[in-house]
Amino acid sequence: MMNYDIVIVGGGPAGLAAAASARKAGIDKILILERDNRLGGILNQCIHNGFGLHTFKEELTGPEYAQRYIDQVLEDKIEYKLNTMVMDISKDRIVTAMNRTDGMFQIKAGAVILAMGCRERPIGALGTPGYRPAGIFSAGTAQRLVNMEGYMPGREVVILGSGDIGLIMARRMTLEGAKVKVVAEVMPYSGGLKRNIVQCLDDFGIPLKLSHTVIDVEGKEHISAVTIAEVGPDRKPIPGTEERYTCDTLLLSVGLIPENELSKGAGVEISRITNGPVVNESLETSIPGVFACGNVLHVHDLVDYVSEEATRAGENAAKFVEAGCRETTSGEDIKLIATDGVRYTVPSTINLGRMDKMLTVRFRVGAVYKNAAVSVYFNDERVMHNKKRIIAPGEMEQVILLKDKVAAYKDLKNITIKIEQD
Amino acid sequence: METKKELTCIGCPMGCSITVTMEDGEVKTVTGNTCGIGDKYARKEVTNPERTVCSTAIVSGGDLPRVSCKTKTDIPKSKIFEVMKEINEIKVEAPVNIGDVLLDNVAGTGVPVVATKDIKKVS
Repeated sequence: MMNYDIVIVGGGPAGLAAAASARKAGIDKILILERDNRLGGILNQCIHNGFGLHTFKEELTGPEYAQRYIDQVLEDKIEYKLNTMVMDISKDRIVTAMNRTDGMFQIKAGAVILAMGCRERPIGALGTPGYRPAGIFSAGTAQRLVNMEGYMPGREVVILGSGDIGLIMARRMTLEGAKVKVVAEVMPYSGGLKRNIVQCLDDFGIPLKLSHTVIDVEGKEHISAVTIAEVGPDRKPIPGTEERYTCDTLLLSVGLIPENELSKGAGVEISRITNGPVVNESLETSIPGVFACGNVLHVHDLVDYVSEEATRAGENAAKFVEAGCRETTSGEDIKLIATDGVRYTVPSTINLGRMDKMLTVRFRVGAVYKNAAVSVYFNDERVMHNKKRIIAPGEMEQVILLKDKVAAYKDLKNITIKIEQD
Repeated sequence: METKKELTCIGCPMGCSITVTMEDGEVKTVTGNTCGIGDKYARKEVTNPERTVCSTAIVSGGDLPRVSCKTKTDIPKSKIFEVMKEINEIKVEAPVNIGDVLLDNVAGTGVPVVATKDIKKVS
């Protein structure tokens, strides 16, 4: 069996940043396992710009952003294996993987960092009525076909769901000569970033129909048309609002699901809200020495935040290894409670002994709030009240907790984060 | 006469809501932005809107059949489809490195199209 201090599952933005930070923290034996044939993960197909403004203070495309981290990993001589599928992670951190050159092999890891990312919700998960002909793609599949493999999925396109990848693909297909007829979103608000609605839809006059969904798919061999209809507050179609669009392609951008089969296999506790592991302030899962970061933990809007989160996971995994693969704790954990519009928080608990000077707590809300505030309570006392013009489910929010303040508060059991409207 | 235009900044993913006050075609004030990028974007957007175009070009002999590319700087929004037409005619051979100029002066904009991905040569 091989031995490594840290094994990182996934060579996308999270895995790369975690590897680089663990090396910076002095860890020698690090191994990245990546199932694709190149490092960089999903960034390789995200050829649009807008990445890196927070991290590098310049606007990069996805592949350029990825290359910065790949270069770092190569410069640091961090080991990695491509075309390698991890089959299993055990509670005592034995990683079983396989590839064509090594066959099946096992690694004893001091710490494991989960960085497997997420995948797209498929048509089968939606219960859309009608046929299931060829020509229905998830937006990300279409993105890979167009941007990496050089195939156009079709010429007349309807997009269901207004997630960022769907918006980006509306523009991309338009640029390549397709006619994107409509983007239908079942919710009364978009799931994507505002800037993407402006520069991907408005720029090209593509209509976004909120509170609309696909109620019929036509075509036996290949898709020929879809019917969309307005939905009421119960998300049920309203009779009389049907509109039929002829098309040869239906793209879906209806949500991303963290890919946690390996985590579940290891026995990691999974949040029912994020579908990602429940983690403490160190981004450590319910299994000591197993850390998680990036979209496998919770789906992010910005890769910059993935990199930052992964950097912390790398540092914390390094601390765990340096401490002899044992946890350092002091006293009881403080619970983070998400309520009144806040759907979840990452992390879920804080142990003061391991808390950094500053801790970023990230969360999403469940509805659109205008002129509301993000409030933080220590036990029952309000200690923070950040007013915002708009808070929306499509945009991840954050609050920063200072260790000094948390430590100084007597008998602190719960930190509650909620939305308050004045 | 004073007019107000509401914009969503595309300078970064924050997507700030910006209000531009104009008088006789001139920008008077920009509010709602949280950084200098927003101010610059808003002034440009109401007078001479620009965009960066990101696409792919055909590459032969590489580890992928397409190399991603972009206009090195913003180009006038009205020229997007002219730029795309020229990008679609590019054919290069591997290897390609990030920053390599694939096309000079695309669509008469004076802006080059540069590669945004490394493509390795495969035999």
